Amino acid sequence: MYNDFIFIGLPYAALFLFVVGSVIRYRTKPFSVSSLSSQLLESRILYWGSHAFHIGIVTLFFGHLIGFLFPKSVISFTGHPTRLLIIEISALAFGLLSLFGIVTLIYRRLAFERLKNITSKMDIVVYVLILTQVISGLWIAYFDRWGSAWFAVSLAPYLKSIFLFSPKYEAVAAMPLSIKLHITSAFIFVGMVPFTRLMHFLVYPFVYIIRAYQFVIWNWDRKTRRSSTDFNRGVKARNN
Amino acid sequence: MDVRSQISMVFHLDKCIGCHTCSIACKNTWTDRKGAEYMWWNNVETKPGTGYPTKWEDQSIYKGGWEKDSHFLKLKGAGKVKGLKNIFHNPNMPEMDDYYEPWTYDYSKLFDAPESKDQPTARPVSLVTGKPMQVKGGPNWDDDLSGTPDYARQDVNLKNITQAEQEAMFQLEQMTMHYLPRICNHCLNPSCVASCPSGAIYKRGEDGIVLVNQNKCRGWRMCITACPYKKTYYNWNTGKSEKCILCFPRLETGQTPACMHTCVGRIRYLGVMLYDADMIKTAAISNESDLVTNQMEIYLDPLSPAVIKAAKENGISDDTLEAAQKSPVYKFVKEWGLALPLHPEFRTIPNLFYVPPLLPTMGKVEDGNYHNSAKELFGGIENTRLPISYMASLFSARNEEIIKDVLKKLMAVRWFRRDETVGDQNKEQLEDILKEVGVTREVADDIYRLTSLPTVKERYVIPPAHREEALEMIEDSGDVKGNTGFGFHHKPTRGL
Repeated sequence: MYNDFIFIGLPYAALFLFVVGSVIRYRTKPFSVSSLSSQLLESRILYWGSHAFHIGIVTLFFGHLIGFLFPKSVISFTGHPTRLLIIEISALAFGLLSLFGIVTLIYRRLAFERLKNITSKMDIVVYVLILTQVISGLWIAYFDRWGSAWFAVSLAPYLKSIFLFSPKYEAVAAMPLSIKLHITSAFIFVGMVPFTRLMHFLVYPFVYIIRAYQFVIWNWDRKTRRSSTDFNRGVKARNN
Repeated sequence: MDVRSQISMVFHLDKCIGCHTCSIACKNTWTDRKGAEYMWWNNVETKPGTGYPTKWEDQSIYKGGWEKDSHFLKLKGAGKVKGLKNIFHNPNMPEMDDYYEPWTYDYSKLFDAPESKDQPTARPVSLVTGKPMQVKGGPNWDDDLSGTPDYARQDVNLKNITQAEQEAMFQLEQMTMHYLPRICNHCLNPSCVASCPSGAIYKRGEDGIVLVNQNKCRGWRMCITACPYKKTYYNWNTGKSEKCILCFPRLETGQTPACMHTCVGRIRYLGVMLYDADMIKTAAISNESDLVTNQMEIYLDPLSPAVIKAAKENGISDDTLEAAQKSPVYKFVKEWGLALPLHPEFRTIPNLFYVPPLLPTMGKVEDGNYHNSAKELFGGIENTRLPISYMASLFSARNEEIIKDVLKKLMAVRWFRRDETVGDQNKEQLEDILKEVGVTREVADDIYRLTSLPTVKERYVIPPAHREEALEMIEDSGDVKGNTGFGFHHKPTRGL
């Protein structure tokens, strides 16, 4: 019963909130979607905190994603002890990097009067979630090591079963508490995305890479948005 | 030829008295909100001076604008690679202390303070932290040179003039200054638009106003770096960028922008300029000394039949064409060649033009007496108090010939008026002078009239916005009961 809630109920609730909540927030309250950068108020420490945290956490996210998407390749790759060791050490390093980052960012929030003023309750929730996630991850990396190998065997099938709507959590339920905590807080994190500033990673501006630099909008045709160079596409202006 | 229309402006610096009324009108209308208190979409600076934010002109600090890289232009501190690379932390973004920390006063203390031997005081209270603070600076802290080495001596443009000229400039009896009111330039090649990773900033096709879509802005803050004039601001409360909107809700209803409407010195002119969008690239990429000349080529003669034909093909309405033909901006900028863009070397092709100041330039001190009339007319221009090279650093990308031409024309108009009103000038010499600057008596009279005696309708020629055809110039406006009319039906509160 307890396991049903943690490993089936929570994941589905979180994913539902994540998908539906994000879409609703993006569509109905677009103004609220922002990185909420505080660089204007404090820049020097942000440089270290933000870089360390983001580089660490983004790399780890993609590490987890690869383990989930290509479990077989990961198993065969980590079959060799040297390669396994390299992966383990670099994962640990990125974990420590993000821990350093998040601790720096929390210190920054507390140390600067200007930042205290704009820190919301949800920001505190985000800090707690991230801290839990990073510390439990580091704990696992040290005490339940070789995760890059066993993740692909035990956790990837569980995650896959969730996405295939036939959840099987037997393997997970037998795992140590640290791993259960890491999984639980990960799903809470996912579910909290639409309710916090975490939403900002969903609007990472990939489109910028392919779009033209200049943007001209003609209001007589709302649907047509053109760059300054391709004037003749679309309809001609009816009024000025 | 791809003809488009642009709302452009001219600020006549000889007429600016530095009263900051424009700044206050703008502040009260638009930026009197939490998170926006530190923004001055319109500000007035004293030149020489460091400006607001401090040393904004120094692109080695802020990396704004474009730079020429052999045959193409690139953004100096932003762009696709740098923008996405610096998204976690923007290394060239000014901090709040580069602007100033906004404050109010604890006025209630004046009433609530218990009886004591001392008079109650209203302490300054920070509008960011809400705590008492020590005021260290403000947006116009360099007003009237400010008298300390911190401001005028730190002017970024001084690096473009010689040491001797600087010394001469700052001798106490030589000390001179002029005011520089600044708003967003609504550029033709806007670097803020190009730098925005979210694509939230855009140029409005109909009138060329550059706007930030508040619903699309994600606070990546690249525009703050990219605008070389530092006229995009980051609202620390809402997490969105904001900038001067040229009072478009006023313009669309035929009213002048608040800063222009309130201008006490009547220094401001606003009108339509027709331009050829195909020529923007060539102008923006030209050599530094040709930047101004090539920018002037972009603007088209609204009376030429070919231009009118092309404009109509592009859907520009007859009303707008008529406004362009009456445009005071076209007269100052193209016809008379009196107004120049501020810092054209940033290569954004700004649409705000300045008539450089003649008065502080021409005045001279000899034997302790102030002389304003040079014996030799154009001789005075070479020996100015505010060096030509300084003006050239501001208005012509260091091309001194352009500045000299403008000052000579302004001087010739003065001599013409002297002849008209007093008549003590040598007529033949005046004819020679007018001929040399290429101005007829009629044109000189027109310049004088539009400078000194214009009516409101001559200063501001606003084309009708044709809302009946465009329905609304901005999406969603007015379609929801109780909304603000600017496309917003949510309170602009800080996101979670």
